[in-house]
Amino acid sequence: MPGPTRESNSNEHPAFAGLEEQIPPGRSLWADGLRRLRRQRLAVVCFWIVVLYLGLAGFEFAVEIFGWEKPAFVRWNEIVGPSYQKPMESYEWTDEQGRSCIRRAWMGTDFMGRSTLRRTLYGAKTSITVALCASLISLAIGVPLGAAAGYFRGWIDDLIIWLISTLSTIPYLLLLMAFAVVLRDRTFWGIELRGITSVYLAMGLTSWVGICRLIRGEFIKRKESEYVLAAKATGCSNARIIFSHLLPNVFHIIIIDLSLRFVDFIHAEVILSFLGLGETDKPSWGAMIDAARAELARDVWWEMTAATVAIFLLSLSLNLLGDALRDCLDPKLRMD
Amino acid sequence: MTVYIFRRLLYTVPIVVGVLLLTFFLFSVVGGDISPQIAGKNADAQTIAEIRHEYGFDKPLFLSWDSQFVNHFRKALTFQFGRALDREKISEKILRGVGPSLSLTIPMFLGTLVLSLTLALLAAFVRGSWLDMVVVILCVAGMSIPYLSFIIYGQYFFAYKLGWFPILYMPEESLLTSLTLPVLIGIIAGLGGNLRFYRTVVLDEMRSDYVRTAFAKGLSTPQVLFKHVLKNALIPIITSVVLSIPYLFLGSLLLERFFGIPGLGSLMIEAIASRDFFIINAMTFIFSLLIVVFTLLTDICYAWADPRIKLE
Repeated sequence: MPGPTRESNSNEHPAFAGLEEQIPPGRSLWADGLRRLRRQRLAVVCFWIVVLYLGLAGFEFAVEIFGWEKPAFVRWNEIVGPSYQKPMESYEWTDEQGRSCIRRAWMGTDFMGRSTLRRTLYGAKTSITVALCASLISLAIGVPLGAAAGYFRGWIDDLIIWLISTLSTIPYLLLLMAFAVVLRDRTFWGIELRGITSVYLAMGLTSWVGICRLIRGEFIKRKESEYVLAAKATGCSNARIIFSHLLPNVFHIIIIDLSLRFVDFIHAEVILSFLGLGETDKPSWGAMIDAARAELARDVWWEMTAATVAIFLLSLSLNLLGDALRDCLDPKLRMD
Repeated sequence: MTVYIFRRLLYTVPIVVGVLLLTFFLFSVVGGDISPQIAGKNADAQTIAEIRHEYGFDKPLFLSWDSQFVNHFRKALTFQFGRALDREKISEKILRGVGPSLSLTIPMFLGTLVLSLTLALLAAFVRGSWLDMVVVILCVAGMSIPYLSFIIYGQYFFAYKLGWFPILYMPEESLLTSLTLPVLIGIIAGLGGNLRFYRTVVLDEMRSDYVRTAFAKGLSTPQVLFKHVLKNALIPIITSVVLSIPYLFLGSLLLERFFGIPGLGSLMIEAIASRDFFIINAMTFIFSLLIVVFTLLTDICYAWADPRIKLE
């Protein structure tokens, strides 16, 4: 039986007339959190920096997939000047058409005369692809396992806890390198793991423990709450309770964890590239730092600095944004 | 108490078995037979067959007393890891690396601990002010710079440009001259994250009731901070200290690599470069075991110190 509408309700009871204007409209958890986030100017700036990086990586990706005509800053392989040209200094250069012109490389060039700025911008694509794929893999493993362990408990919980404690007993760097070494240049079911594929696979397969633990803890806590009991009483299946009642309520934890985990992945990519386990033929920030450490002795500081600044800006923004998100979406987790 | 220790010991068995299963799966099932790679590109079939036999790749994976699976467990549990690809005994290689690694990591660890704990207490003095906020942002900024950049710039400026320290580790020089720069770089690089952690621990403690009582009694801030807060904040700090001891043995992969310190980090990097699964396997097992032992010790210490802790 359809209930009376709001208008008819207030019409029937003249005493309630005008009351609706006094009741402020309700806000959801997300709307409330985002409103608080918008008030923090630093977090908003960080948000836009992250969006800029993601947009850049997305654009470079789209150019490659759809075969668009490449704008200048995507052509990282082009030789734009003499080898080891210093940044901000103008130089004479003969281009492909044989015309000589005065040029200036904003961030200098590398040993082959390729623009450092373009390579750094292209590195965003590699590093963000690695971090994004690794995050997706670790979420795809960690969230379902954590949910199952927290919701069903019993032997499922025991099994997953055993998996978690086994993985977290091995020092993370050792585990990551063991996976990266073993997976590198191998073929599984016809898919060859070359370059960054083995990197993000190794990161994703080893880093799900943290999010799994968090989700499990939240599920144990929320399993007893009233809304889950109500859902059970109305006859919802377990899958429905997990996916449409519990998961949306812990989604902010996933977002917060993701934004902070992203930084670790970007830094891990640098270390793996340095160990020779990363991308080999395309620029990535890790590969740039690895290449630049030998050049520093020749006073070629710009390549190293460009990659470091690129990583620094993205990490700083993500770190600050992650902290702000945590404070706004879940004040109970607040650290400071 | 004896029952507790015994039961706690039993709980470590599945974890050790789990680590062994994981390494077996990783190196023997996924990694598989690497004898052609050990033999090199120009090896003939007979050499490959000999190597395959020597390392036991020709044995069945499971279902035999002499299978790779059983041998994997036997080797690990008796600590007979055999020889590395360069024919040297793995256990000797590891024992040789422990000394240099520890002489790098122990001063680094103590330095970071003392410095970040002091700074955290000082930050608690000015909590909520703009100075506190600057400290937090500096910490996050420090955490955002890649570790490699710290090392490369540090080595470049202080050793190469200014010449204050030797660029590489020299066995004939004293440890002090060789290791000062890597230790300093390690302390600076680790300061951000640690300071942030200790600041949170101290501030958590500041919110407790006993602190309010102490202030209400009219004690001064230094008295409250150093007499009351520090003592109570020591519990989570000591836990993190004890749990990071096994990692000290592991050395510092990147610092050792850059300064040529012949520790376990260098050993690990060599093993990765030559794809020596045997060394990586042995290191993974030994360090997991160390971590299991130290976690066990921490738990037992807790149970001993706090009678409320019982194992369900």
